[in-house]
Amino acid sequence: MAKLHVATTINGEPMEFLCDPGQSLLDALRGTLGLTGTKEGCGTGDCGACSITLDGRLVCSCLMLAAEAEGREIATIEGMAAGEDLHPLQQKFLEMAALQCGICTPGMLIAARNLLERNPDPTETEVRFWLAGNLCRCTGYDKIVRAVMETAEEMRGAAR
Amino acid sequence: MTDTRYLAPQTLDEAVGAFAAAAGAARILAGGTDLLVQMRAGLLRPGLIIDIKKIEEMTAIVEEPDGGFRVGAAVSGAALAEHPRFGQVWPGVLEAVNLIGSTQVQGRASPGGNLCNASPAGDSVPAMIAAGAVVTVQGPNGRRQMPVEAVPAGPGRTNLTPGEILVSFALPARPKGSGDAYLRMIPRTEMDIAVVGVGVSLTIQGGTVTAARVGLGAVAPTVLLVADAADALIGSKLDDAALEAAAAACRAACRPIDDKRGTIVYRTKVAGVLLKRTVAIAAERAGRA
Repeated sequence: MAKLHVATTINGEPMEFLCDPGQSLLDALRGTLGLTGTKEGCGTGDCGACSITLDGRLVCSCLMLAAEAEGREIATIEGMAAGEDLHPLQQKFLEMAALQCGICTPGMLIAARNLLERNPDPTETEVRFWLAGNLCRCTGYDKIVRAVMETAEEMRGAAR
Repeated sequence: MTDTRYLAPQTLDEAVGAFAAAAGAARILAGGTDLLVQMRAGLLRPGLIIDIKKIEEMTAIVEEPDGGFRVGAAVSGAALAEHPRFGQVWPGVLEAVNLIGSTQVQGRASPGGNLCNASPAGDSVPAMIAAGAVVTVQGPNGRRQMPVEAVPAGPGRTNLTPGEILVSFALPARPKGSGDAYLRMIPRTEMDIAVVGVGVSLTIQGGTVTAARVGLGAVAPTVLLVADAADALIGSKLDDAALEAAAAACRAACRPIDDKRGTIVYRTKVAGVLLKRTVAIAAERAGRA
């Protein structure tokens, strides 16, 4: 059966790949493109481990077809650090031990960055609701929420 | 999944042609938050997936000159929330759409998909029914309009005829003194499926209700328009007797199932309670409008 040719942008770089028509973007990222930082948890949009942004909008890559990436801008966890320099959220997650097994972490970071881009000064309630679609079975969420709040505060300070 | 084809047409005519030609083997892809889950679970293996998001009308939100809104069937919940005016005019519809799933799901899921998935518990549907929304569908025989409540036929089934695609929702202009609201009962605070959902739209003039519509979800095979509840409110000043009559009408309309989320008795009782709470919010908003 004919494969589809997809031309897209991933983390600022133009990319082309072939996919099956029914293949998920998550599968193409992890398999075809070798970008395994995006994780697969449930595969049904409940856990958020596969979170990416599509034209700046937070989505589950398991719930979209690879073919839908044609002409769009995708951001994955691989593009979050600038070389060796971690994003402030990544640094804060390490400092505050906001991760344990790490499977949810790429999705948490992508989701949290998307929140802070839209709302640099979220309340704790806003952080918790924004991240309600990102499940973590290790941390109990508290460290994650506190890390996001502290990062937001630091980034606001740095922006002044 | 080896025999699936993918098509992303730019025009509705092309989409309708391909959908009708596939004779039941095709599925429409809007946000995909139901379709891809069903495909992954092996419940569906469509021969053709038609992505409708490149069709401009499907993703447009238009405020009409008369004050009404036209919302494309594939508009995402997040896009609707970002519209500067929609949530001011239809806060109840917006909160219902935005209750569907997580932030990630909101980035993709659409009111059109929610309606066509035809779950009895779809959150946006009671609010759209309360709003008096009318949908436009297009098929091989052209376009037609139908009220939202006429679309669901039963769990997972709609009254769209073969080859027809849902195009948009038209919400009417709002008279002064109008307000709407949607409440759902779930055992958690987020990310769950409604046990009962109630949408209410009211117009109040000089303290008296002059127009009302009530949509009731998750208590019957389809989401219901409860005309008896609306009739109990119209002409009243929302006194206790009128509210109790409307709540009784909602309870009487219930034909729910027993399941792990709620029993028949519980769902029926909650339908009346939620009606009163939803009316209170809609009335408060009507007083400010």
